[in-house]
Amino acid sequence: MPEKKQEALFQQAVDGEQKVEPRDWMPEGYRKNLIRQISQHAHSEVVGMLPEGNWITRAPSLHRKTILLAKVQDEAGHGLYLYSAAETLGIGRDELIDQLLSGKAKYSSIFNYPTLTWADIGAIGWLVDGAAIINQVMLTRTSYGPYSRAMVRICKEESFHNRQGYDILMTLSKGTPEQKAMAQDALDRWWWPSLMMFGPSDKDSPHSAQSMQWKIKRQGNDELRQVFIDRTVPQAEFIGLKVPDPKLKWNEQTQHYDWGEINWEEFNQVIKGNGPCNAERMAARRKAHDDGAWVREAALAHAEKKNKRNAA
Amino acid sequence: MNQQEALFRFALRMGDNALVLGHRISEWCGHAPALEEDIAQTNIALDLIGQARNYLTYAGEVEGKGRKEDDLAYLRDSREYINALITEQPKGDFAHTIVRSFLWDAFHRPLLNALANSSDERLKGIAEKAVKEVAYHLRHSSEWLIRFGDGTEESHRRAQTALDELWRFTGELFEADEAEQILAKEGVIPPLESLKAEWNATVDRVLAEATLKRPSEGWMASGGKKGVHTEHLSLMLAEMQTLQRSYPGVEW
Ligand SMILES: [Fe+2]
Ligand SMILES: [Fe+2]
Repeated sequence: MPEKKQEALFQQAVDGEQKVEPRDWMPEGYRKNLIRQISQHAHSEVVGMLPEGNWITRAPSLHRKTILLAKVQDEAGHGLYLYSAAETLGIGRDELIDQLLSGKAKYSSIFNYPTLTWADIGAIGWLVDGAAIINQVMLTRTSYGPYSRAMVRICKEESFHNRQGYDILMTLSKGTPEQKAMAQDALDRWWWPSLMMFGPSDKDSPHSAQSMQWKIKRQGNDELRQVFIDRTVPQAEFIGLKVPDPKLKWNEQTQHYDWGEINWEEFNQVIKGNGPCNAERMAARRKAHDDGAWVREAALAHAEKKNKRNAA
Repeated sequence: MNQQEALFRFALRMGDNALVLGHRISEWCGHAPALEEDIAQTNIALDLIGQARNYLTYAGEVEGKGRKEDDLAYLRDSREYINALITEQPKGDFAHTIVRSFLWDAFHRPLLNALANSSDERLKGIAEKAVKEVAYHLRHSSEWLIRFGDGTEESHRRAQTALDELWRFTGELFEADEAEQILAKEGVIPPLESLKAEWNATVDRVLAEATLKRPSEGWMASGGKKGVHTEHLSLMLAEMQTLQRSYPGVEW
């Protein structure tokens, strides 16, 4: 069948809401785009373990320590599901990890911000996981079957992450003036980077139009960002925290919040590697990878020897 | 020391052991050699911290002074911690972590097996649940130790080094203090020396399969059970307790 015809049939199937499965024919561009997006998503889960992991040993109660550990563990699991989903497109985990460690592949730039206080752990769960959920709920309807199914599993856990983060900030905001200030400070620092998580405005987003046509993405960046703002602002008000945006205002007419301007220069700098923790995050991942090399080699060598012994 | 004081001390020790080792293992979360191991080590840390919470809660109740799990975990200094020294040793390379776990797990499992038949209902309940978890811990650490011993030259060397370095902390595990002697006499806990045979058998079996050498008995370190620790513990606690110490008496 000529390529053009195949592409037309593919688009027809996608338009008819049929899921694309690994063995189906797909345009090279679709495959590439998905590998980029899924691996970027997987890397984000894994790098995302670091800022929160930073507070595991300092969590202020055994209850909080348990919840935080379970949460960061979930993120490792999300990384695994997503690497598996990427593998169905014909690329191995090792190669993907090499791309991350060499700096070729990207991950969500939110994780290049530092966790400076315990309240940041609350802010990450509430805002960062909160923003991730909105994106991921959309992705449960993505056209690629394995990605869509991974998202269904992941979304269940994300809402638990979101609630535990909010619960941390709620507890702090009911606490002493110092604790309340800690919570407000965390919101001040994490609000704008969280809005940036949805990516550039649709008109400036290089992959958006094609991704929408292939139904990899189902909603635009700006629309998702607005959903997040509309959902999150009342939650902030409920616990007495102030969103750091002087232009933020409910608009009766549109039934949405109006809000200020994202500092896209900051966004671009962080993506380029100039965020506060880019170097630290990559150094930590490389160290884990390099220090773990002999462990992985030993496991491999043992498995081979065992196979040989069993065969003999 | 009466039996209630002995019971407090024992429950506290079980809590300290589980908490300190669980905390140490949690240091790998996000930094493990492979994602699967981030998950596995975190699972083990979560099991241990869960056990610690049960023991510390119970210890607080036995003591009867209103101390809760977090009071005992976050508001005692290292001199008041009575865990075994092996649990507080730094994570080191992954071989040290695995050997530390293995030597402990091989002791922990028969101890819990015996406690699951304790005449003390609470200890029995905690142990019955924990024994299944610890059977998995021992399987996991044994499998890694065998992989290391049998794997590459480097992994073999690292495992043997870790074993030689951590061996001196194993003698203390079987030294019963006054509390443990009292409770053993009452049948609440097993005599600790009775666990040695099973520990020996496990260690010898796994080391043989791993082709690693059992270190000679030699000099054994001790003191953790009396609150005389290695320098590592106070540093670990300083980190762990920082928020509770900096903002006393608040909710988190
Ligand atoms: Fe996640
Ligand atoms: Fe999450």
